[in-house]
Amino acid sequence: MLTLIQTAAELGLITSLTVLALFLSYSMLNICDLSTDGCFTLGACTGAVVALSGHPYLSIPAAMAAGILSGLVTSLLQTKMGIDSLLSGIIVNTALFSINIAVMGNSSLLNMNKTPTVFTMMKQLLEDTPLAGKQTLVIALIAVTIVLLFLNLFLNTRLGTALRATGNNMAMVRSSSIDPDRITMIGLCMSSGITALSGCLLAQSQRSVNIDIGSGILTISLASLLIGRIISMRSSLTLRSICAVIGSLIFRLVYTFALRLNMPAYMLKLISSVIVIMAISIPYLKQRYPLYKRMKEGRENAGTDQA
Amino acid sequence: MLELIRLDKTYDDGTSFASRAIDDLSLKVDDSQFVCIVGSNGSGKSTLFSLIAGSIMPDSGKIILDGEDITFRKEHERAGYIGRLFQDPMLGTAPDLTVCENLMLAAKQGHWLSIPGKKERQYLRMKLAELDMGLEDRMDTPVRLLSGGQRQALTLIMATINPPKLLLLDEHTAALDPNSADKVLEITKMIVEENHITCLMITHNMTQALKIGDRTLMLDKERSSTTYPKTNAGISG
Repeated sequence: MLTLIQTAAELGLITSLTVLALFLSYSMLNICDLSTDGCFTLGACTGAVVALSGHPYLSIPAAMAAGILSGLVTSLLQTKMGIDSLLSGIIVNTALFSINIAVMGNSSLLNMNKTPTVFTMMKQLLEDTPLAGKQTLVIALIAVTIVLLFLNLFLNTRLGTALRATGNNMAMVRSSSIDPDRITMIGLCMSSGITALSGCLLAQSQRSVNIDIGSGILTISLASLLIGRIISMRSSLTLRSICAVIGSLIFRLVYTFALRLNMPAYMLKLISSVIVIMAISIPYLKQRYPLYKRMKEGRENAGTDQA
Repeated sequence: MLELIRLDKTYDDGTSFASRAIDDLSLKVDDSQFVCIVGSNGSGKSTLFSLIAGSIMPDSGKIILDGEDITFRKEHERAGYIGRLFQDPMLGTAPDLTVCENLMLAAKQGHWLSIPGKKERQYLRMKLAELDMGLEDRMDTPVRLLSGGQRQALTLIMATINPPKLLLLDEHTAALDPNSADKVLEITKMIVEENHITCLMITHNMTQALKIGDRTLMLDKERSSTTYPKTNAGISG
């Protein structure tokens, strides 16, 4: 049981990096970056290829650089070439499928069973300490902490504030003599870099990567982000970003328990879709309900008048 | 000095819906002059402002500010020396950011990757205190919780915290209640006079126009190519 919880926590922490990337692009910049799935896989493939070539440490910056590049393309499409932000995400996502197979050298699966990765390095480092065997958890925690710290520092700088303003009121940003296109590009590059880091770590912790590793990660992460939003409700930026990570942990824990109760594993994507639908539509319907009730009452009263 | 030379703007040109908003318009505005612009709906007042601010491009003609041709400058570049306020108080501020954050972005002090310190906060607070609306005590309030009048006053401070060469006021008090409108207008006059800002103001209130403006222009749908004599508080066109 304890190992189950540990596995869930590991997975939750590693994918919470993607949730933090969405916190930046979706919650702050107000852009739903549909290239997230492909970008996650790109990070996984690039990281795996670099690790396989014997550079486990270099695999992380390489994966992030690949992600940043993909974010740059997505943002250029929507800021400089007049393509709608959703459409440019889908286009890049589709293109990345081919690119990812090319990165893996014309194959859709890579094994890292005997390859030194950041996790095997950490495993050696942690030998004979109380943390032995917990290398995945340790690395995931370090990565999440660094990204959280970075995001919280960044969002309070002038540039970070401008980024939040761009998602809030673009006209105001323009009239403050700031180029919103440039801000959007910086934001999407950063979020894509973090997404790729998430993919790179997941692939190395699983010691394999296949072309489907990122499929559905956007919806799963969005579900986690929205769970986090429900528990953080209008609090400070710092708390909201931490709750995004907690949301990811909750999601994975609940999912693990559901698996124990004999739910088939293939239900993951259906469940995350339903969570996203509920998290977005319930507040909307709640707001509409009083109006609906009044309309219904009005209709009923009108009926009695006529009679 | 602002100089508009033979500006033309037609919407949906080349279609049967083509409508000529600005037709061969030339205008000179001297430094620190306060010009009021009146005219009926559809006479091209807002189009004129959009052309000057750069949110739309003219079909022909030139816009020259202080001897520099800015006709093809991007909107956000021009915003560095042209301030603009709209009728809708919601347009000028970011609702989910605090008063301080909004003002900090407009003030543009310090490096992009720096976090504003106490000293800057003190400076912004002082600027807000000039409004005498109690905003200096609500620096950490999200702007969405402010009233329309407060938001418009904040937008005004944001547009003028680094005094622009030119201030465009597009009926900026029209959506406010009479008291707030007077208050905002009073602050506008104070700031404009103090910093010697050249100012163009669109208004539908003729009395106000004649009282405040050094000069009043009237845009007319039928005859928009008119020369405008520089008479004090005179109507022309």
